[in-house]
Formats: sequence, structure tokens, C-alpha cells
Amino acid sequence: MRVIVDLTRCQGYGQCAFLAPDVFTMNGEEALLYDTDADEAQREHVLRAAAACPVQAIHLDRMATQHRGMRTGAVVSPPVDDGFRKTGRIVIVGASLAGARAAGVLRRDGFTGSLTLIGDEPYEPYDRPPLSKQVLVGRVPADHTLLPRLREVDAEWLPGVAAAGLDLAARTVRLSDGREVGFDRVLIATGARARPWPNPEEAALDGVLPLRTIEEASSLRERLAARPRRVLVIGAGFTGSEVASVCRDLDLPVTVVERGPAPLVGALGGVIGDVAADMQRAHGVDLRCGVTVEALEGDADGRFRAARLSDGSTVEADVAVVALGAIRNVEWLRDSGLAAGVWGVACDAGCRAVDINGLVTDDVFVAGDVARFPHPVYNFQFMTLEHWGNAVAQAEIAAHNMLSDQAHRWPHLSLPVFWSNQFGTSIKSVGVPTFADEVVIAHGSVEERRFVALYGYRGRLTAAVTFDRAMWLEFYQGLIERAAPFPPDFRATDRPETLRPVPAEVPERLEATQVTVMVTGHDPAERRATLVHGDR
Amino acid sequence: MAPSSVFEQILDYSHRADPYSLYAELRRTPVARQEDGTYVVSGYKEIVALLHDPRISSDRRNLARPPGSEEGATGLPGFISTDPPVHDRLRRLAMRHFGPPHSPHRIENLRPELILIVRNLIDGVADRTRIDIVDDIAYPFPVTVICRLLGVPREDESRFHVWADAIAESIGPGEADRAERERRRTDAQRELGQYLGGLAEERRKNLGDDLLSGLISYEGPDGAMSPADVAVTGSLLLVAGHETTVNLITNGTLTLLRHPELIQRLRDEPDLVIYTVEELLRYEPPVHFISSRVALEDIEIAGTTIPKGAPIALALAAGSRDPEHVAEPDRFIPDRRYNEHLGFGAGIHYCFGAPLARLEAQIALSELARRLQNPRLVTDPPPYRPSAGLRGPRHLLIEVDGVTQTTP
Repeated sequence: MRVIVDLTRCQGYGQCAFLAPDVFTMNGEEALLYDTDADEAQREHVLRAAAACPVQAIHLDRMATQHRGMRTGAVVSPPVDDGFRKTGRIVIVGASLAGARAAGVLRRDGFTGSLTLIGDEPYEPYDRPPLSKQVLVGRVPADHTLLPRLREVDAEWLPGVAAAGLDLAARTVRLSDGREVGFDRVLIATGARARPWPNPEEAALDGVLPLRTIEEASSLRERLAARPRRVLVIGAGFTGSEVASVCRDLDLPVTVVERGPAPLVGALGGVIGDVAADMQRAHGVDLRCGVTVEALEGDADGRFRAARLSDGSTVEADVAVVALGAIRNVEWLRDSGLAAGVWGVACDAGCRAVDINGLVTDDVFVAGDVARFPHPVYNFQFMTLEHWGNAVAQAEIAAHNMLSDQAHRWPHLSLPVFWSNQFGTSIKSVGVPTFADEVVIAHGSVEERRFVALYGYRGRLTAAVTFDRAMWLEFYQGLIERAAPFPPDFRATDRPETLRPVPAEVPERLEATQVTVMVTGHDPAERRATLVHGDR
Repeated sequence: MAPSSVFEQILDYSHRADPYSLYAELRRTPVARQEDGTYVVSGYKEIVALLHDPRISSDRRNLARPPGSEEGATGLPGFISTDPPVHDRLRRLAMRHFGPPHSPHRIENLRPELILIVRNLIDGVADRTRIDIVDDIAYPFPVTVICRLLGVPREDESRFHVWADAIAESIGPGEADRAERERRRTDAQRELGQYLGGLAEERRKNLGDDLLSGLISYEGPDGAMSPADVAVTGSLLLVAGHETTVNLITNGTLTLLRHPELIQRLRDEPDLVIYTVEELLRYEPPVHFISSRVALEDIEIAGTTIPKGAPIALALAAGSRDPEHVAEPDRFIPDRRYNEHLGFGAGIHYCFGAPLARLEAQIALSELARRLQNPRLVTDPPPYRPSAGLRGPRHLLIEVDGVTQTTP
């Protein structure tokens, strides 16, 4: 049976691991690992576990489309009176978490028109987070990570075919095989892919692997199972750190090379990054920070064998995992007239796409990793979030708004939430930790790696990060939403005598955009923006 | 005499059999100050918020007391009355021998034994047509289990039963008679602590695979438990392990007999009991109040400010029937899904023994449903135990046409 745990909700109560210990295991105090495709013989145990979850985060076979509370009925939106809800045509481009969920929500909320899902992968929608954890460690085969069906979504599904273009005037999506699919409204949910190693010859060496898809996870798992002499992980973001953690679980020597001063700095800043660095080293990772990989070297048979680093050293290894982040899948939108670039596809808080002039469109919606949206809580800054929880929440909003008129649309206002399980520790975050100038340890102990860290920007609380302290996260989420002061000024349990905020050491974010906007025309009716590709 | 408040009526024994309509009244003000200074919280979302609020303490030494007033006892024994980091350390040290991550199969492995104990207890009443569910099944079952798990001799039950009862009866919301209740509890607590301390002392010479042996002998990154901590932790687990599950099983049987069509459904649908027990924990839970929390700061919630130092009582059973949270809250729906209830509390003090209680209730109720022939209540409502906090029948007399033999 298909099992999925909404780890955004999971607080590490461990009830499932008591009641179905062969399916759910606690890896440390709060980090949960589970079989995504449990044996039918475990059925009764899994039912017990799911029923017992105090936050009802476990979904079996189907996925509830309403997360909060017990009111699981459909949220009835007022019908759009143009008949669209009955006979309209919706096309969803991208059949992963966001696309699949949006499809389910559309049907749940009463859309009975034609629904088409286009996905470039040959699989049903699957869940990616387990790929770098349960799958790599060898507990679950990579192709056993399919998402529970939202419900038997009545949709035409076109697997294994990529979208190649979007024609807004003709209202068609062009497919890579030349077919065209017409729509009245379209949802762009094409997500992102692993950023490849920049040197194509080196990237082609046998043993150099990215990690994002089922195939990539399968290949990497095979390599790890063959017990390489050493694994090199390039990049210590969340994926790279989780791969390193799995290597240590498997007792494989691993070297992590990170350009920045510490792991996870891009997401959590330098202070907590240092904690992550200590954690990696305590688990036997050979961690090299402030260093880059200059070249990957192969042997005569084209097998990867060593990497040359910027500090002049060489790392001999049989496998190199390229964990350099993601590239958003926007190339197919190049001539669409939408504001699509390496930053993603710009949209408003209601998931409606923005065109290159910065105007909001009516019938084109965006959700998931590819969406770049303004967040009112963070000074209306545009952000793209590669988080599971964001894909789910944004897909709900997008689907709702696709069926609603202007007066009934909802804004996507949920705070970013993410988690990572590594080195037997559950790391969770709410808010935007990089939107900060200071950070303070508010509860617990950094030495024990059980703590709550709070982030503030100009005296306002903007994010909270927990290491094995997930139960306190929601409280701070509430404070962030109410723009509470930073540092907190109240007495609380497990709090140091005095709070000592320190600089957050958040990286400057200057992205190479590879696209330049030029404006032409003088008369307001004629002024238009154009995108010029390539950095200048 | 002034008409008594809703809260006072709830505390009054005459409303023990059905406090639920009073809970509905209580919820009209989800956070309400009482005459005695207690802030009673009855809305689901407010209770959940406070159970996850680090400005709430479980240590009653944080109460603001008027100058000159006497210091009372400090609440129940063990980590239930402590805050992090002390709480977390003691709970981890106890959990190590009880559940994941270090002993994940412990409870699941007990299952065959649990089934056997229940079957034997039912066999014991097979020749009777009148059964007291409390004395014959619901009490002896969890007591036998917690004794085996902890490593406490079952034959000592008559000794510790008195102390455990005295402690359980002293638990409840309200400050008016608290000093008196705590005085009564202190003696029982001391005696129970001494009993378990003595037992631990003996066990030290002859360690087994029981929990007590684990508490005594383990030493790791969290250090070791002191003999005093072993005694209070053992006391807590012994009291909690047999004063609550009895109510869950008895309330469950009572609810089934009030909905007799369910008995056949439980026989026909083996998975149903899983959801039925969750619904019981929502609809007729054993623990109605958490009555020992204190505000460390002024806390604004639901339009009220709970002042620093004020005692807080969380009406879990009222929260689990909050119509803002759950549809048809006063209907017992045995297969209700996505059932988020407060039966075991929430947050860091979430019931330590919840997995065991669940398994015990599931096994007891399915065995009773399967084997009792035409069971019916003799009196409805049954007589209740005095506590408003740990609420359940003192006895539950039923009549049956017979008892079906166990089929292998």
C-alpha cells in the first residue's frame, strides 16, 4: 500500500513507529523514515499507525486534499457563471507533486470539464523527498515512491512527453512530439531539474551523478550498494548533506566539498551552518568548506576516479554526486511572452502568471518549484521555494483560483515550511531564514543539537529553525505571522538566562539572471518590455 | 447561595455521568477566568496552542502565590510535572526502554501476551451472566500488563492499588480544595515512592529485561537516572499505566452497549476497532482535564489575558467536542477518519503510554464484542469515580446470555 507522511505536519511523536515498527522507524529522536510502499502483510499495522498519528499526517493510498483539522469536505467555491466549471478545458503542464495535487483539488471542488496532465517523466506522480533518504539507504526501491492517488482523478494523462511551447494567443500547449493541446486555462507546474556539472565531458564520466529523479536515485543507489572506496559530494545544501548522511549510515567514506563557509548556509545562514558542519564531522564526514571542485578526472575507461580541488588537494573517489541545486524548467516558455527566466515564472500571490511587461494574466497559473511569487510577509519580495509544503499549498491556491472569479480568489500566504532528515536529526524551518540580520538560540542546546533558533530582521521575527525540537515550531510560526518582535522578550521553558543574538551570516543573494529586460516605446500605450537572453 | 458557575457544576459530582452539555456551555468562553483564579481553556484550537506554547510550565512552583500562603505539594511525581530540559532528559531516559528509537518493537511484541491476558480474564467470567466490566476485565487487564512491563510483582497489587487510587483521585482542576487534595496525595506518593525505591534496590542485584531494570542500569549520553528519579518515574508509570486505561476500556464498553448495533459491526469488520478506539478517545476520553499548568508570562489568547503565575486547566474532553474543530462533535462515529483529538493531550507531555493504551483498548474491546452474547447494561448511567479529571465508572455491571468460547 502506498504510504506518504506529510513531514511538514509531522512533529516526531513517534506513535507510528510504535504501532508499525517494521514500516515506520525513528532515526534518532524525531527523524522519521518510512516505507513508501508498505507490504500488504503490514496493512493492519499501517492502519493502526495512521489512525494514531496525533497530527494526522499519514496518508494511505489516497491523499487527503484538506490538511488542516478534521473537516475534510470540499471547500465549495462559488461557481464561475460562464459555465467554465462544467465544460471548460484545463491543461496542467507538469505531473509531479504540484500538478497532481492541483488536478485532485480541481475535481474535488467540482470542476467537471476536460482536464489534461502533461508530464515528461514516464511515471505516475511520485514523491521526491524519499529519494535522498529511504531510497538511497536501500530501504525502498526508487520506483516505489509513487504518490498516493489524490482520488481517482478523472483526467487525460500524457506521460513521457514534454511541453515544448506555449501559445497564449492560440491557447495551445505544444508538445515535443509536435501535438498541440488546447486549453481555456493552463497551470504551469514544470518544476525544476538537477543542475548538471558544468563541464559536459566531466559530467559524462561514469560515476558522476546528479540526484533529482527516480532514475537518478536508482543509479546512485546501485553505486552506493556496490560499496565505492569513497563518495564525493559536490555541494552541501540539503540534498548534498542528506546524501552524505546516507553514506555514513552505510558506513561509506564520504567527502563533501562546499564552496561556502559551511553546509546549508544558503538556506540557514552561517551560524546554524556551523552547527551543521559540526554535526557532519561528528558523523565522520570529511567536510571541506570554502573550497571548490576544479576538475573531475577519469581513468582510461571513462570512469570517474578523482577530483581536483581549488586548494590544490585531490580527492580519490569512485562516485561523485553533483548537488549544486536546481534549474527551473522554463525553457519551453521562452517565446511565450510570460516573465519566465532562470528565476522561474513570475506570478502574483494568487498564482496568476505575469507577462514580460509585468502585467497579470487571467488564464495562466503557476505553482510549485517553478513559481516565483511575491510574499507580503517578506516585504512583497518575489521568491521561489523548492519545498514540498509549498508545492502542496500553492497547488491548492492555484486550483481554487482557476475556478474562481476575481472576488473569490485566495492569496498564497502560507509561510514557507521545510524539513530535512540527516545524521539522525530532524531539521525543520518556518519562515525565511535568509531574510534576517540576526539569529538567536531561544531554546535548548546547540552542543546537544537539540534547539530552536530564531531569526530576526530589524527587530522583527522572520523565521525559526529547529533541530529535533519540531513541537515548538508552530508557536513561532504564529509569532512570525503576527510580526512579533525579535529577539523575543518573554520568559519560556528551556531558555538561556539571557538571549544573545548574533549576526545571522546570511549570504548576499545576487543571482546571475542570464536574461535582461529592455523597455521600448515612449507613449504609455506603446511601452513594452522585452527579454534579451544572455547576461549583460 | 449564588448560583454556581459552569465550571463549579462540572466539578460537582452530580454531573459526573454527563458533563458534555456543560462543556458546550464552557466553550462559549474558550478561555475563562474562574472564581478560584484558574483559567479554564475549552476550545480545541486554544488548547492545542497552549500545549505547544513554551510560556506554559508544568511545574507548579511557578505559580504566583499570595505572600504568606503555604507552599503546596508540587503535583504528580516524575517528568509529568517538570519542564524542559529536565523533562526531556528524564522522558528520553524512560523512553529508551519503552519505545522508539531504541526499543521500537517492545510494545508490538507484547501483543500476543495482551491477547492472552484478556482471553483468560474473559474465560474467568464465562460461567456467569452478570459481569462487572471494571472489576473483572478493565481494571485487572492493564494492571497485569503494567506490572509485567515495569517489573512490579502482580501480587503486590493490593498494596500499591490504594496509593495509586489516592493519587488518581487527587488529580483534577480547581484550586479551592487543592491544598487539601495535595496533602492527601503526598502521603500516598511518599509510600508509593518508598515501595518502588525498595523494589528498585532489590532489582539492582538481579536485573531483568523489565523497564525498572532498564531505568536502574542504563547510563549513556544523558547520564543515568538517580535512585530518586527511578522511584518517581516508576511511580508515575505505575499510576498512569493503570488508572487511565481502565477508564478507556470501561467507557468503551459503555459506549458500545449504548450503541448495540456496533457490537456486530466490530465482529464483522476487524479493522473497525482501530477507528473506534480513536473516536472513544475523542468522545469519552479517560482524561478530561490537564489541571497542572502555569503561565510563565502574560498570555493573550482568545480575547483574554492569562496573567503570569496563573493556574491553567485545559479541558481536553471539551476541546475534542469543539464544533469549530470537528463535524457532528456529539455523535459517536465509530469509523470517523482523520480524527484529531486531545485524548492523549499534545505537545511534549503527550501521553507516554499512548501506544500501549491504544493496543490494550483495541484488544479488550474486540475480544469483548466477539465473545459476550447479547450484552446489556444493568444500570445506565453507571456509578462514577469521584474525580472530574480522570473520569470513569467505578463499576459497570452488565448482563449477558453467555460467553463464547475462545476459538483458536
